[in-house]
Amino acid sequence: MRRSMLFLPGNTPNMILSGDCLGADAIILDLEDAVAPDQKDAARVLVRNAIRTLQFPGVEKIIRINSLDTAYWKKDLDEMIPLKPELIMTPKTSCAADVLEFDAYISGLEDKLGYERNTVKLMPLIETALGVENAFAIASASKRVAAIFLGAEDLSADLRCKRTKEGKEILYARGRMVLAARAANVDVYDTPFTDVNDDEGIRVDAEFAKGLGFTGKASISPRHVGVINEVFSPTQKDIDYAYEVMEAIRIGKEQGKGAVSLHGKMIDAPIVARAQQTIDMAVALGLGREEA
Amino acid sequence: MVSKIGKASCGTMESSDAYMELEPAASGTQIELQSVVEHQFGDSIRALAAEMLAEEGVENVNLRIVDRGALECTLRARLETLIARAREAGGANA
Repeated sequence: MRRSMLFLPGNTPNMILSGDCLGADAIILDLEDAVAPDQKDAARVLVRNAIRTLQFPGVEKIIRINSLDTAYWKKDLDEMIPLKPELIMTPKTSCAADVLEFDAYISGLEDKLGYERNTVKLMPLIETALGVENAFAIASASKRVAAIFLGAEDLSADLRCKRTKEGKEILYARGRMVLAARAANVDVYDTPFTDVNDDEGIRVDAEFAKGLGFTGKASISPRHVGVINEVFSPTQKDIDYAYEVMEAIRIGKEQGKGAVSLHGKMIDAPIVARAQQTIDMAVALGLGREEA
Repeated sequence: MVSKIGKASCGTMESSDAYMELEPAASGTQIELQSVVEHQFGDSIRALAAEMLAEEGVENVNLRIVDRGALECTLRARLETLIARAREAGGANA
């Protein structure tokens, strides 16, 4: 279960070391934009040591490496792949060929290390107009791709438009990302809300993203993590209804009914699928019922 | 093998971090430590630094560490980066 992903600058020990107590389901240890070019070497070693020593139990570890157009990405992978992080986030991923280049290099490292292929998954960061246009090709380029992630700051610059709190300028990109990810059967994550002091704004933005179909949302501030987790978790009402749906289906089957209704509404396959997704999430959150 | 090194620095003065400087010395190795936890951990920080310098074959240097409460994994990371930078500054390939 990954509702929230919190960015932590890769060369800042005091933030990295508290990574497992900030409430996020995943931490993104950032070797890219949060690290100055002359500190890339230091960040790589610090992140490697932190993961090796602290392990961050209960929190998924995602490493944002540097992009293909830099001299850093291979060194980043050389240090990170031996640690078997759950995910590598690849920035500025604009086409399937980008994914395949990362994939091939990681496969080589996995072979050298004696790891099973595809042990380490990829989360391409899509933050260019070309990347959004190629979102499905990126999401389906490799078995290694587990999710795609929208980066709206760079995308807005590429679109030559102003980035706003309302986010009208990224509405098409958000919808396109969700469609591409769902068609490729991978998860999809929304861009961070960058005003760290706007508590109402993050809630509105996260609820909108959830409504579009995003799996979860990234954050650049620990302050936003709680709201993101809340928004992307099922409510007790959702959970109760999901169990009612499954119970109605069970009884309907016992009675040999072809069609089943609940509270006067017919229950069809999509409703059952959504109910099962809600129950799966409730179970992951420890809110499930024993009989499920 | 003894490494040829140049002058280098690494780390920051932020809490939980350490700032370090390394430079060649005429003879012998000196480790100067300022630490907010000098009383509790000063000896172990100096021992860790000496151990890593020895492991890497770095001799005859002055090492200055300003520790702001860094954990061992952070100190090791900063020392590793410092030594690599000092080697690069000294013109070594490895």
